[in-house]
Amino acid sequence: MSYFELLKFASPEGVVVLTALGVLSVSLVSKRATAACAFVAVLGLVIAIVAVTFLPRNETLFGGMLVISPLTSLFKIICLALTFFTILLAQAEKTSRHHGEYLALVLLATVGLMLLVGSEELLMIFIGLELLGLSLYILAAFDKTDARSAEAGLKYFLFGSTSSAFTLFGISLIYGMTGTTSLAQIGARLATTPVQSLLAAGIVMTLVGFAFKIAAAPFHLWAPDAYQGAPVPSAAFIASGSKVASFVVLGKIVLVGFAPVHGSAGWHAMVAGWSPVLATLAALSIVIGNLVALAQVNVRRLLAYSAVAHAGYTLIGIVAGDREGFSAALFYTTVYAITLIGAFGVVGVVRRETGGDNFSNFRGLSSRSPLLAGCMAIFMLSLAGIPPLAGFFGKFYLFSAALHAGANQALLWLVALGLVGSFVSLYYYLLVLKAIFVDVSSVASAEPRERMRAVSLQESTVTLLGAAVVLLGVMPNILASRILAAIP
Amino acid sequence: MIAWTIYLTFGGAVLSLLLPRAFARWIALLTAIAGLALGMVVFVGTPIPELAQFTTIVRVPWVPALGMNYHLAFDGVSLTMVLVTGISAVSTVLFSWDTEHRQNEFFFWLLLVVAGCYGVFLSADLFLLFVFYELVIVPKYFLIAIFGSTNKEYGAMKLTLYSFFGGMLVFVGILVASVAGGSLDLNQLSQFEFSSHLQSWAFPVLFLGFAVLAGIWPLHTWAPTGHAAAPTAGSMLLAGIVMKLGSYAGLRVAMNLFPQGFQMWSKWIAVLAVIGIVYAAAVALRQRDLKFVIGYSSVSHMGFVLLGFATANALGVSGAVLQMFSHGVIAALLFAVAGRMIYRRTRTRELDALSRMNLSHAMPFAAFTFVVAAAASMGIPGFSGFAAEITILIGAWKTYPIAVWIAGVGIVLVAAFTLRALKLSFFGEKNVQTEVTTITTSSREVSNPITIPEKIGACMLMLTTFAVGVYPKLLLDRITPAIETMRFLK
Repeated sequence: MSYFELLKFASPEGVVVLTALGVLSVSLVSKRATAACAFVAVLGLVIAIVAVTFLPRNETLFGGMLVISPLTSLFKIICLALTFFTILLAQAEKTSRHHGEYLALVLLATVGLMLLVGSEELLMIFIGLELLGLSLYILAAFDKTDARSAEAGLKYFLFGSTSSAFTLFGISLIYGMTGTTSLAQIGARLATTPVQSLLAAGIVMTLVGFAFKIAAAPFHLWAPDAYQGAPVPSAAFIASGSKVASFVVLGKIVLVGFAPVHGSAGWHAMVAGWSPVLATLAALSIVIGNLVALAQVNVRRLLAYSAVAHAGYTLIGIVAGDREGFSAALFYTTVYAITLIGAFGVVGVVRRETGGDNFSNFRGLSSRSPLLAGCMAIFMLSLAGIPPLAGFFGKFYLFSAALHAGANQALLWLVALGLVGSFVSLYYYLLVLKAIFVDVSSVASAEPRERMRAVSLQESTVTLLGAAVVLLGVMPNILASRILAAIP
Repeated sequence: MIAWTIYLTFGGAVLSLLLPRAFARWIALLTAIAGLALGMVVFVGTPIPELAQFTTIVRVPWVPALGMNYHLAFDGVSLTMVLVTGISAVSTVLFSWDTEHRQNEFFFWLLLVVAGCYGVFLSADLFLLFVFYELVIVPKYFLIAIFGSTNKEYGAMKLTLYSFFGGMLVFVGILVASVAGGSLDLNQLSQFEFSSHLQSWAFPVLFLGFAVLAGIWPLHTWAPTGHAAAPTAGSMLLAGIVMKLGSYAGLRVAMNLFPQGFQMWSKWIAVLAVIGIVYAAAVALRQRDLKFVIGYSSVSHMGFVLLGFATANALGVSGAVLQMFSHGVIAALLFAVAGRMIYRRTRTRELDALSRMNLSHAMPFAAFTFVVAAAASMGIPGFSGFAAEITILIGAWKTYPIAVWIAGVGIVLVAAFTLRALKLSFFGEKNVQTEVTTITTSSREVSNPITIPEKIGACMLMLTTFAVGVYPKLLLDRITPAIETMRFLK
C-alpha cells in the first residue's frame, strides 16, 4: 500500500487536521480575526464531510487500524455535523480571548472522534481516546477568568486520566491473552479460548474507560462539575460528540471484539460476560442519574445528571447485543447529542443575558424570548420522551429492541427500570419548563429590559436544532433506516 | 374525510399560536366547528352497517423497519367519541371566549389537546395511538399551570405525573403486545392468539395504565385536584374528553387484544368500578368547593363506564360507550356553570359563600342551565345520563347482580350531592345576618349578564344531552354493532 492511498483513505481526518492548523495560523496573523477563524473551521468541516462521501464503500487497512464502512462514514459525518454546531455556538459565545486556539482544539478533538469511529483496533482506539480526551480537558478549562472552569478541567482530567490508565491496562491484558489488538481477530481467538478470570479482569477494565467517557454511574462523578463549570460550547461538545463516538466504539468493541463472551443479562438467567456488566452499569446509571437530578437547582447540573440517566438508557440497546439493539442505541445517542447541543445553546444565551444558569435565571424566558423558550420546551420534552419528538421514538426503538433480544423478554426488568426512570425524569424536566413558562420573571424586576436580544446566529442555530428534533420525531425513518442499513 | 379532524385541529393550533392575538379565538372557534362539522357529516353520511367494522381510512408506511404505519380507522365507537370531542371542543372555545391572559398560547394548548384526542379515537396502529395518547399530557400541564386557579401548580404536576405513570404502564403493555404479536396493527393484533400466561399479566398492566386516565379508584385522586385547579376550559376538556381517552383505549386496546386476560380480571374491574361509584359520590357529598363536587362526580360517573366494560356483554359495553358520550357533554356543562358562569362573576366557588348570594335571581340563565345539568347528571329520564346508566345496569344485571345493587346506592348518593350543590349554590336561603356590604359587592359583580357565546355553548350542550336522552338509539344503533364484532364478549 502506498502512502498516497493511505492519505486518500484518511483524507477526512487529514482535512480536519489541516483545518486546525489553518485556524491556528489565521489567529496568529490577526488576533481579532475571530470571524475568519470560524469561517476557515466551518469550511474545513464542509470539505471533510464531502471527503467522507468520496471514500470507497468498504475498506480495511492494517488489520483494522483504519476501517471504512457505511457505519464509520455515517458516524464521521454525524460527528462532523455535531462539531459544526458546536463551532456555531462557540462563535456566538466569544467569551475567550483566544478564539483561534479554541476552535483548533475543537477540531483536534474532532479528529479524535473520527479516529475512534473509524477504527477497529485497540491501540488506534486508545490513541483516539487520548487525542479526544486531552483536547477536551483543555476545552473544559479554557475560561481562565472562571474558577469553576478550572475546577471542571481539573476534575475531568483527573478522572479521565485514571480511567485511561484502566483502559490501557485492560487492553494490555487482552493483548496478552489473545496476542492481537485487532478486534476481529480478538473475537476469533476468544471464541476458542476458555473464559478465565484474567480475561474477565481485562474486559472489565477496558469497559471502565468507556463508562467514564459516556458518564455511566459509578464513573460519572466528573460530569456534574464539567457540565456546570466548563464554557458552554465545551460542555455541549463533551455531552454530544464525545458521547456519540464513545457509544459507536463501545458497541464495536463488545459486539465485534468480545462477541464470544456475550454472557446474558436476563433477570433469572445471568451468565458471566460483558452484558451483565453493562446491564449493571445501565441500571445504576438510570437510578442514580434520575434520582440525583431531582434535587438540582442548576440547569446545567441537571442536564449532567440526566446525561447519566440517558447513558443508562442507551446502554440497554448495547446490552441487547444484536444488530437492532446497536442500531437503536446509536439512533438514541445521536438524537440525544443533537438535543443537548440545542439545550446548551439556550443555556448559553440565558447565561449571557442574566449572568447565571440556575432555575431562577430561566424564569419568564417565555415572555423575554418566546422562540428560545419554545425550543427549550422541545429539547426538554424530547429528553423526557414525549411524542412527537425524537426522544420518544428513540426510547420506543430502544426498549422494543431490548425486548426483542433474547427469549421470553429476558431484559424486561431493564426496560421496566428504564420506563420508571423516564417517569421520574418528566418531573425535573417539567420543573425547567415551569420556570420558563409559568413563573414570573425575577430578572425583569431587577432592571427593566426590553425583549431579550439574542444573538441571531445562536438563535438560528438553536431553532435549527429544535426543528431537527421535531423532524426526527415525526419522520424517524430518515435516520433510523440509514443507521440500521449501515450496521453489518 | 374524518381524518381531517386531526390535521385541521393541529393546523389550527399552530395558526392560533403564530398569528396575531386578535385572530386566535376566531381560529380556535373555526377549527373546533370544522372538526364538529366533519364528525357530523361522517356521522350522517356513513351507512350504519359500515360502522360495525373498524374500517381503514388511511394507511401509509411510517417506519417500515419497526412495522409502524400511519394507520387511521373508525367504527361506530370511534365515531361517537369523535362527535363528543367536537361538541366539547366547540363549547370549550365558546366558554373561553373572553380569555385575556396569553391568548395565543391558551388556544394553542387547547387545540393541541383536542387534536390529540381526535388522533387517539381514530388510530388503528398501536404506536400511533400511543403517540397521540402521550401527546395530550403536556398541553394539559401548561393549560392548568399557566391559566388555572386554586393551587394550580400542584394540581397540574399531580395530574401530569399520574397521566405519565399510566402512560408508562401502557408503554410496557404495548411493547409486550407488539413483540409477542409481531405487529403493531390493531386489526391484526386483535386476531392474534396471545398465550394465556402473557394475557394474564399484560392485560392488567395495560388496562390499569389506561384506567388511570379514566379515573379508576384508587388512582383517581388526580381528577378532583386537577379539575379544580384547571381553568374552566381545561376542566371541560379534561372531564369531557381526556378521561374518555383512557376508557376508550382500555376498550379498544386492552380488552380487544387480551380477551382471556380480560375475562380473568373482569370481576376485579367491576369491584374497583363499584367502589369508585359509591366512594366518589360519598366524598362529593362533603365537599365545600363546587368544582371539587363536580370533580368527584366525574369519577363516580366514570365508574359506570368501567362497570359497563366489566359486564363483558354487548349491552353493558354499549351502555358504557354511551355513558362516555353522555358524561362528556354533562361534565362540560357542569364545569361551564361552575367555572365560567359562577366563578368568573362571584370570584368564589365555596358553597357556603354562594348560598348567601341568592344567585338564582341574579343569574336566571345560569340557574336554569345548572338545573338541567344536575338533572342530567342525576340520571333523570329524558336526559342522556339516564339512557346510558340504565343500559349499563341492565347489562350488569346479567353478570354482576350485586354490583347493580351497590351501584344503585351510588345513584342515590349522586342525586343527594347534586341536589345539595344545586340548593346551596343557586337556591340558598337569603341570610338575614349577612352584612350589607357583601350583598352589594356581590350583587354588583354578579350583575354581569351571561354573554352570548356562553348561552350558545350552554344551549348546544343541553340540546345534545336532551336529544340523546330522548332518542338514545341514534347512537346505540351505531355503537352496538361495533361492540358486537369485538372478540372479548362472552
